[in-house]
Amino acid sequence: MYNVKVYVTYKESILDPQGEAVRGAVHRMGFDEIEDIRIGKYFEIKVSDTDDRSVEEVIETICDKLLANVVMESYRYEIERVKETV
Amino acid sequence: MRFAVIQFPGSNCDVDLLHAIRDGVGEEAEYVPHTAESLDGFDGVLLPGGFSYGDYLRSGAISRFSNVMSEVTRFAEEGKPVFGTCNGFQILVEAGLLPGALQRNENLHFICKTVELEVVNNQTRFTTEYNDRELLTIPVAHGEGNYYCDEETLAELKANDQIVFTYASDNPNGSVENIAGIINRQGNVLGMMPHPERAIEDILGSSDGLRFFESMVKNFVKETAEV
Repeated sequence: MYNVKVYVTYKESILDPQGEAVRGAVHRMGFDEIEDIRIGKYFEIKVSDTDDRSVEEVIETICDKLLANVVMESYRYEIERVKETV
Repeated sequence: MRFAVIQFPGSNCDVDLLHAIRDGVGEEAEYVPHTAESLDGFDGVLLPGGFSYGDYLRSGAISRFSNVMSEVTRFAEEGKPVFGTCNGFQILVEAGLLPGALQRNENLHFICKTVELEVVNNQTRFTTEYNDRELLTIPVAHGEGNYYCDEETLAELKANDQIVFTYASDNPNGSVENIAGIINRQGNVLGMMPHPERAIEDILGSSDGLRFFESMVKNFVKETAEV
């Protein structure tokens, strides 16, 4: 069994108007030192063991086809091996 | 000509499309659920606006994997006409049937108003009833219509005359090159953010959208006669 964490973020070339709006609010709070805020998405995924394919292969396929739109987003992931939960 | 109006959970412009076909151009149209496994007997496919699957994850991202979409993809690959408006356009780009992506509007607002569109390609099967560079009055209603593509894709779109509609005066969403609607390389899949189906009667403000559907029908009739 694996716990996988996936982070999807806009590519650097893509404007993030929501992040800009949040940065504006942070500045109004008085934190002028905040230079930039980018908003992304975070997924926690549980994957059971299979001999058919590697967990990396599964996660990358899911990310490429569904979790991220690779035209404007990129992703990274962390895989942690855990004991089967009962 | 017989049209399929696809209904996804959360579609809300399906009735408008059916009305545009049946009462606007006087052709046949039927609703087809997202679970359908066949598009046999249809000559054209229409993907409506709305908020399919609540826009979860990204607009169109989940609908793209509904049963009927593999059929829509096959239908498109056979060269048959597919049109997506608003959420339908978002689904077409997520499905990879059109290039690019639709981002959140630049000013973060959901924009619902009538805009001026320019017909920049009247040589497609969807636009032959329009004059070149004609200005149209058509409504938009979306929060994520900010069309984006990389420079390479944009150059291809321009080189192949794939940009069909642009916002003429006031770009509501910040899209690249004021793009409002594009067509695929083969010329049979068109997606646009504005709603021609909401502009088919003068009593509702404009009938400029009617000729969009008339173009589809006339070109279908012409092609069928040639075969």
